Amino acid sequence: MEEIWNGFLRALELIVTLNPEVVEITTRSLTISLSSAFLAALVCIPLGGLIEFRRFRGKRMLINVVQTLYSLPTVTVGLLVFLLISRSGPLGGFGLLFTPPGMILGQALLVSPIMIGLTITALAAVSPQIKDTAKSLGATELQIIITVIKEARQAVVAALLLGFGRALSEVGVAMMIGGNIRGYTRVLTTSIALETSMGNLELSMALGMILISISLVINLLLNRFQGR
Amino acid sequence: MAEKILRTTLLFMALAVLCYAAAAAEGDRLKLATTTSLQDTGLLDVIKQKFDEKYNVSLDVISGGTGIAIQYGERGDVDVLMVHDKERELKFIKDGHGLERRCIAYNYYTFLGPEDDPAGISGMNASAALATIMEKGNADPGEIAFVSRGDNSGTHGREKLLWKKAGYNYSQVNTSGPWYIEAGQGMGATLNMANEKQAYTLSDMSTFMAYQGNLTLVPLIEGGADLLNVYVAMAVNPKKHPGVNCELANEFINFLVSDEGQQLIADYGLEKFGQPIFSPAKGNCALIGCSDVECAVPTSASCAAA
Repeated sequence: MEEIWNGFLRALELIVTLNPEVVEITTRSLTISLSSAFLAALVCIPLGGLIEFRRFRGKRMLINVVQTLYSLPTVTVGLLVFLLISRSGPLGGFGLLFTPPGMILGQALLVSPIMIGLTITALAAVSPQIKDTAKSLGATELQIIITVIKEARQAVVAALLLGFGRALSEVGVAMMIGGNIRGYTRVLTTSIALETSMGNLELSMALGMILISISLVINLLLNRFQGR
Repeated sequence: MAEKILRTTLLFMALAVLCYAAAAAEGDRLKLATTTSLQDTGLLDVIKQKFDEKYNVSLDVISGGTGIAIQYGERGDVDVLMVHDKERELKFIKDGHGLERRCIAYNYYTFLGPEDDPAGISGMNASAALATIMEKGNADPGEIAFVSRGDNSGTHGREKLLWKKAGYNYSQVNTSGPWYIEAGQGMGATLNMANEKQAYTLSDMSTFMAYQGNLTLVPLIEGGADLLNVYVAMAVNPKKHPGVNCELANEFINFLVSDEGQQLIADYGLEKFGQPIFSPAKGNCALIGCSDVECAVPTSASCAAA
């Protein structure tokens, strides 16, 4: 149990001395997960809007499927994406396996169900009056969607945050798609897995604490700018 | 305010993706798939340092069990393999996935166990030891246990071979009882588990020495042809997998078999553990069963596509 306290001290030491390898993997973790969250948001928020506002056969079932996919196991997504972008796979030509862009793609796919589903929930909660008012003022479908999204923006940003959090803290996709290559695709989570398997529990704990504090800081920042 | 932040972050993300794309387009990265037993010792970090510097490239090391390393090779996802399972290596070449086999280094597996050796296998022949452990483990699983890699690795392959020599079908063994524990992990993690349970296990010498400080297990059987462990490098065949970096793969293998590379391997461990943990293949070809054409000599197969 003293590993926890020692881990905390080690984390402070690593942060204060700006240990170069830790800075490198932390930056990489952030860049990859932020990129994947935004990539997913770019596609999923409008998609969520479209699904919520259109009426079509199987809408209920689609929403159910999306919600089921919230808890997609990360190793399964990792395996699926691996089969997709492996040289012998359909998207093999792009050479994405064992590269950061590949990891971004994998994590974006991982968090998409959350983003789509929570956007739908957020928009459904907006008073239908807003939509009707916009319509009566002559807005196009796209403009209506944008207006309602703006109205629901706190909940939509919450969806983004959750997606980013999931991407930042997952191991399955990062490990299978990135390969944990030192100096290239190693991130905080895969480092924690590696150091634990090597028996370096204090270092593992320290990296874990750094990961948590990053999440905390980002959440605080986004919360500050989320308020009206 | 929120829009400004979001816009800036989007820009940042776009820049990040561009940077990665640019770096990826650089092209001079060599992807090496290897086994955890090799990676965990730290040898590849030293090799990478020298190789990267000398050729101004980046050696990307992806480690997993021999099983997945071979898979990566068969899918053309990596450029070169470093593994230690002769049977699977020969099959890899025969199936056209690999160019040539080159013996690079060797050491020995070691049979580890608790200091008090409850099963009394010290000094026995490895296969006989396994049979004894099985017999006594079935009788008293609380006292006597064996931790297997259980992950289709080269080490696991050797264990299975030893069971075969002892006259057992592997499926008899791993269903035999709670005395047989399948870790399903790399060598380091398996050692930690065996240590925790004070059980017997098979390990390569190098990883054992790297972890020795944290273990109370001791080597009970060492050396002998049974426990010989030869590391081999193979470039992935560009005729079957056109995207691989064959030229660089061959340069890497040539570096490994060069005097400099072999010396690096021979010296590794002196500083860290007080003694080298690998032996170079060069000069020991007959001992390790590698023919002259594949033992620590430069590559001869050309990369020209069919």
